Amino acid sequence: MNQTPALHIEDLTVAFDSRPALWDVDLVVPEGVLMAVVGPNGAGKTTLVRAALDLIPRAAGSVRIFGESVARARGLTGYVPQRSSVDWDFPTTVQDVVMMGLYGRLGWLRRPGAAERLRTRQALEQIGIADLATRQISQLSGGQQQRTFLARALVQDARVYFMDEPFAAVDAITERAIVTLLQELRARGRTVVVVHHDLQSVPDYFDQVTLLNVEVIASGPTAEVYSEDNLRRTFGGRVAGIARLTEEALP
Amino acid sequence: MSLAGGRNWRTVAVLLALSLAVIPLSLALGNIRVDYTLVTVAAGGAVLGIVCGVLGSFAVLRQQSLLGDALSHAALPGVALAFLLAGRELGWLLLGAGIASWLGVLLINSLVRRTRLKQDAAMGVVLTAFFALGITLLTYIQSRNDASQAGLDQFIFGQAAAIRRQDVVLISAVGLAAFLVLIALWKEFKLITFDPAFAQANGFPLRLLDVTLSTLIVIAIVLGLQLAGVVLMVGLLIAPAVAARQWTRQLDQMLALAGIFGGLAGAGGAIFSGLQQGLPTGPLIIVVAVAIVALSISLAPERGLLWRAWRQRRDRQRFAAQQVLQDIHRHATQHRDPRYPAPGGMLVALRGTLARPALRQLQREGLLQAGADDDWTLSERGLERAREAARNQLLWERYRQFGEELGLPSVTVDTQQPIDRLLPATALTRLETLD
Repeated sequence: MNQTPALHIEDLTVAFDSRPALWDVDLVVPEGVLMAVVGPNGAGKTTLVRAALDLIPRAAGSVRIFGESVARARGLTGYVPQRSSVDWDFPTTVQDVVMMGLYGRLGWLRRPGAAERLRTRQALEQIGIADLATRQISQLSGGQQQRTFLARALVQDARVYFMDEPFAAVDAITERAIVTLLQELRARGRTVVVVHHDLQSVPDYFDQVTLLNVEVIASGPTAEVYSEDNLRRTFGGRVAGIARLTEEALP
Repeated sequence: MSLAGGRNWRTVAVLLALSLAVIPLSLALGNIRVDYTLVTVAAGGAVLGIVCGVLGSFAVLRQQSLLGDALSHAALPGVALAFLLAGRELGWLLLGAGIASWLGVLLINSLVRRTRLKQDAAMGVVLTAFFALGITLLTYIQSRNDASQAGLDQFIFGQAAAIRRQDVVLISAVGLAAFLVLIALWKEFKLITFDPAFAQANGFPLRLLDVTLSTLIVIAIVLGLQLAGVVLMVGLLIAPAVAARQWTRQLDQMLALAGIFGGLAGAGGAIFSGLQQGLPTGPLIIVVAVAIVALSISLAPERGLLWRAWRQRRDRQRFAAQQVLQDIHRHATQHRDPRYPAPGGMLVALRGTLARPALRQLQREGLLQAGADDDWTLSERGLERAREAARNQLLWERYRQFGEELGLPSVTVDTQQPIDRLLPATALTRLETLD
């Protein structure tokens, strides 16, 4: 494994209207792991991803991706935004959206050609939606929308992926497709940071976990940090059955 | 459901041909004498309409329709100031309009970013402030009794008659330059319109692209001002795009159609206002544009209201016919005789007013035989069809329930469609053998 971590965040603070959304966050994600980011609503999970990708201004702190600044590491990062962040009535097709993942590589003035179409085709097949390629995106189900976004990230061929709530409100088959994809990415040595909401499945799907509530409560290998105590400190008393959850997951 | 791209481009071509036919047709019907002025005015209107329609599509898709309204109102003080400084020269007036409109965008954006004002409130404030300033300046200019100011108020409601040949050349040149930028940055504009965060994450300079696209929209507005006027300009920007969206599901086709519709509205409005002295062009353009919108919203395939109503009615009738057929089949099965007749009254009681038309339709198709006493019997084909329908229903039911679990290809569930045609044979076998 590479010595340089895939993602290294130091002293990150982000504020909206002088209210901190993230406070003094330090986070190290080693290369090749699947990491979940969990925390209550308003904990700053999405903000963490957006700040790590330099999509919003930081009040303080630094972000390094494989030791580089975010701007210089653009070719190394892949991004799956929240499904609800775009207007799905936009006049375009599934394969068009997936191809957008290649625009960054194409550079100015160049248009997608045969190579890009082939790459798009492969990603659609890998994610199991090749039959939807020419479908208008307004006709997709929620799970199909999510898989379209995943295929778009896949063609980016990144070394570290950031996925914002990919499991939110998807059907069982999509959930399994995402899990398979995550495992394939790990097998190829890729790093994936996933904002996640289902506490139950964290130990099954992820090697590492970050418990976040504006500050980082705990971060590290799931077996070490995913404890009842840490969950309580993250969620306050607000999650029923935390004890049962961790007992079942970590005997 | 999914149409081939080819059919969509055919729709675009047909609509283009129709639009082109409207102009000579209206000339003939309106008994209009074609002269040099009319040709100039119509050409100016068409070019402006095309530019506004194409660029306005982005305003619509970025959900910035009202921003267009604020921008056009904000241009008025620029026109007035340019007149005071440089006199009545179209190039200068447009430059003034452009700068004022641009300041309007900057002001709205910084209000939204730096204060807690929401965008609609910020637009409302900027729009009225700039417009008030513009009207004040314009009134002042008119009060000076300066002969050269005549016609400056055309910028409020638009006046096509004032368009000269060199204006058309200027408008075409600027419009062409805007299109070249649009073509060069096509994929970037598409990306920032659909998913700005993803564009940014891929290293595209979002702010710069945003400003470039907004500038193109400002250019379209400024060019259109003397034709449509500041008050109604937003209509020429938005209406063609709204109409175009109804007919297509691809961005490039939408822009092409919006250009066609915009050109039609622009030329049409200009020609109509040329019929009589003093008719304002802006309102006439909007009348034509809105007529196109109305036609598109009601007639366009798939999204159109009439289309949807018609399809709903057809589906309901088909569904009722199928239900009635199965009712008769079930009734016969219960009596252990496939030819056992079902009384019409019973079917009406079961299915309501749709039962009678359904019975007539089934009889026309030769699936039913009418007995003497309002009795209905399945024909050989009818029996076959009813058995097929029952099987189809069952397989769809199973597909809906277990399709994803079995990893079958995803198709839209539509029990009115024969499932055999949508799923491969292997998938059907799996559904049939399901326990």
